[in-house]
Amino acid sequence: MKYIDEFREGGMARKIAARIAAEVDARRRYHFMEFCGGHTHAISRYGLVDMLPDNVQMIHGPGCPVCVLPVGRVENAIQLAQTPELILCTYGDMLRIPTANGMSLLRAKAQGADVRMVYSSEDAIKIAQQNPQQQVVFFAIGFETTTPPTAIAIKKAQALGLHNFSVFCNHVLTPSAISHILQSPEVREFGVVSLDGFIGPAHVSVVIGSQPYQYFAEEFQKPVVIAGFEPLDVLQAILMLIRQINAGRAKVENEFTRAVLPQGNIKAQLLVAEVFELRRSFEWRGLGLVPYSALKIKSCYAEYDAEQRFPVPALSIADNKACECGAILRGIKQPQDCKIFGTVCTPENPIGSCMVSSEGACAAYYSYGRFRNRDLCTVQNN
Amino acid sequence: MANPVRVKAGYTRAIDFKHGCVEMKHGSGGRAMAQLIQQLFVAAFDNEFLRQSNDQACFQGSNERMVMSTDSYVITPLFFPGGDIGSLAVHGTINDIAMSGATPSYLAASFILEEGFALSDLKRIVDSMAQSAMAAGVPIVTGDTKVVERGSADGVFITTTGIGKIAEGINISGENARPGDKILVSGLLGDHGIAVMALRENLSFQTSIQSDTAALHDLVANMVAAVPTIHVLRDPTRGGVATVLNEIAQQSAVGMMLYESKLPMRAQVNAACEFLGLDPLYIANEGKLIAICGADDAENLLNAMHKHALGKDAAIIGEVIEDTHCFVQMQTRFGGSRVVDWLSGEQLPRIC
Repeated sequence: MKYIDEFREGGMARKIAARIAAEVDARRRYHFMEFCGGHTHAISRYGLVDMLPDNVQMIHGPGCPVCVLPVGRVENAIQLAQTPELILCTYGDMLRIPTANGMSLLRAKAQGADVRMVYSSEDAIKIAQQNPQQQVVFFAIGFETTTPPTAIAIKKAQALGLHNFSVFCNHVLTPSAISHILQSPEVREFGVVSLDGFIGPAHVSVVIGSQPYQYFAEEFQKPVVIAGFEPLDVLQAILMLIRQINAGRAKVENEFTRAVLPQGNIKAQLLVAEVFELRRSFEWRGLGLVPYSALKIKSCYAEYDAEQRFPVPALSIADNKACECGAILRGIKQPQDCKIFGTVCTPENPIGSCMVSSEGACAAYYSYGRFRNRDLCTVQNN
Repeated sequence: MANPVRVKAGYTRAIDFKHGCVEMKHGSGGRAMAQLIQQLFVAAFDNEFLRQSNDQACFQGSNERMVMSTDSYVITPLFFPGGDIGSLAVHGTINDIAMSGATPSYLAASFILEEGFALSDLKRIVDSMAQSAMAAGVPIVTGDTKVVERGSADGVFITTTGIGKIAEGINISGENARPGDKILVSGLLGDHGIAVMALRENLSFQTSIQSDTAALHDLVANMVAAVPTIHVLRDPTRGGVATVLNEIAQQSAVGMMLYESKLPMRAQVNAACEFLGLDPLYIANEGKLIAICGADDAENLLNAMHKHALGKDAAIIGEVIEDTHCFVQMQTRFGGSRVVDWLSGEQLPRIC
C-alpha cells in the first residue's frame, strides 16, 4: 500500500535502531512517554521495544479515549440506551467497556436496548433522519481528532432541522492531560515516574498543530517530538528525542511533517470553537478530576446536548479493586504488573478499559503476545 | 480418538448460564463462540464425533464412510457482488463436506421466511441455489419451509445440510497438524468480507471487490488425488484465517508460524482493512481453503492447486511448529514476530 508500506519497512527500521544504539549515552537512562494509544499500539504490534537499547524505556500514556473515559459516563450511556424509544449510536470500542456490575453497551443491546455501532458522526445523523419518531443520541468520545466531526454533526442537525438528534459529549483535550501528568506528584515530587520527553500525538496534532506543545518544552523543559503512527515514525521520533536530550535541548520538533502544520487545521479549530466550550473540570479514568480538560456543547446549541435533553446524573463509580488501569494510565505501572492481566481480564472479558480498545496498553500487550513469558495460556491435554 | 484440547480455566471465564444472555459475539467465530460450543453443545450432546470439533462428522455407513455437515445462513444484505444468500448456502455446506476430503452427494435445504418478504426476492434466491447446486453437481433432495410473523426474522434464513462419501484411507481432520508441516492457502484472502462490508449502509465506500463464494469440492478432489495424505483442510469463513488456524492449533496441540509477506491479498482488501482498522487475517472468505500437509508434499500440493481455476493464486503461507502454548504467530514484513490471537468480540456480524 503506497504511503503506508514505506513507513513499515524493516530494513530502514533496523538502520534507525542502529543509530539509536550508537547515539545513546550508556551512562544515563531515557524515559519517554508516548501519549497516544496509536503509538502504544504500533510499539506492541511491531515489537519496537525489542529494537531499543536497555536504557531507553517507553512509558505508555493516557491517550486512548476509550481507556480514559470514567465508568460513570459509560453507565450514563447505558442508562440513556435503556430509555424507551431511544437509539444510542457510538463507535465500536465503546460497546465493550465494562461497568462495575459487569454491564456494557453490548450487554444492554443483547437485553433489548437499541444500540448502534457507527463509523462516523454522519451515520448517527442518517439514523436520526430514518427514525423521526425516535430520539437518537450520539455518544461522542475522543480527543481533538474526533471533535470536529461531532461539531459538524451538530451543525448539520441544526441545518436539517432535526429535532430528534442530540450528542452525549465526552470530548477531552490532550494538552490538559499532558500538563496534569507533568504536574502530578508522581512525576514532580516522588520521582516514581521519570519522564525525559514525550512522543507527541499524530492525528491530534493534525488538528491542533505543534504550537500547543511549546508550553511543555519551555515550562517543564521536556522535549516533545510529534510523530506519526507508523513504526518508522515512532523509531525516528525516539532518535530525535535522544538527540535533544544528549544536546541538552527541550524543543518541540515535528517528525510527522507529512501531515502536521505548526498552526494545525484552522478550519477545524474554528468549527470546534463555534460549537463547544471548556468544562471547568472533567473526570478522567486514572487521572481523576482534571481542570479544563474537556469540552461541552455551548448553550446556543443546547437543543443538541443530550445532557440538557435527558437526565444524566453525575456518577462517580470506582474501578474494580483489582484493576490497575488507573496506575497504567498514569505510567506508574505496566500491564504485566496487574494481577488480573491476561487471567481474569482479557479482551474477551475485559475488567478494565485498557483491555478494551486496541489502543489500550493492556490490549496491545495482550493481543500481540508481548506477555508470553508469563506462560499464561498453557494448553493442557486431558 | 484424540483427546479434546481445553483452554486453561483461568484463561477464559466460564459462561454464566444463569444470568447471561446471547450476545452477538457468541456467533462471531471467535473465542466466545468456541466457548459456547464447548461449554453448552458439546457438553450436552457429547459423543466421539462432536468431540473432534471439525466442521463435519465422518462416520461409517453400511458400505462406505460417510460425511455429514450442516450450516445456517443469515447474511445481510441478501444480495451482494459475486453472490447471494442462496449461492452462499449451497457453497458453504458443500465446502464443509469437502474439507474432510469427501465428495459431496446430496443437500437438504430449510427456509425460515419472514411474513411480508417479497416473493420475487425469494425466487431469485432459490433460482440462484438451483444454479449453484447444478453447477456443483450436488442436488438439493429434500427441504422444509417455515414462515414466522413479521419482525421475528430478517427476510430469509436458510439452513443447508449435506452428506458425502469419503474414500478409504483419507484421514483429513483438524487434529492432524504436525510440527514441520506446511500451511497453504488456495487464493486471495478477505474478498468476501470486504465485498459485503462495502454494502453495509453505514460504510459507504466503493470497491470493485466481489465475494469469492465458490464450491471447492472439485479443487479438493484434485488436491486429494495429488496428495492423499493431506493432514488438515478447513475453509476460513467467519473469523478468517486467524481463527481457523487457532482452532487447528488447539485441536492438534501445535503452534503455527505465518509469513506476512507470503499472504496473498488484493491491494484493495488491504487498503479497506487499513482504513477500517481491521486485520485482514480475521476477514471472512467463502471460496478459499487452508490446507496443511507434510513438508515433502507441499510443492506437489501447491502445483495441484495452481492447476485449478480456484487455486491459481495458492501459496504456502507458513508452517506448523512445536509450541505448548498453541500460539499462532506471524513473522511480520517489518521483521520480528507477533502473536495472531483468536478474534475477540466480533469484527462484523452476519457476514455469512
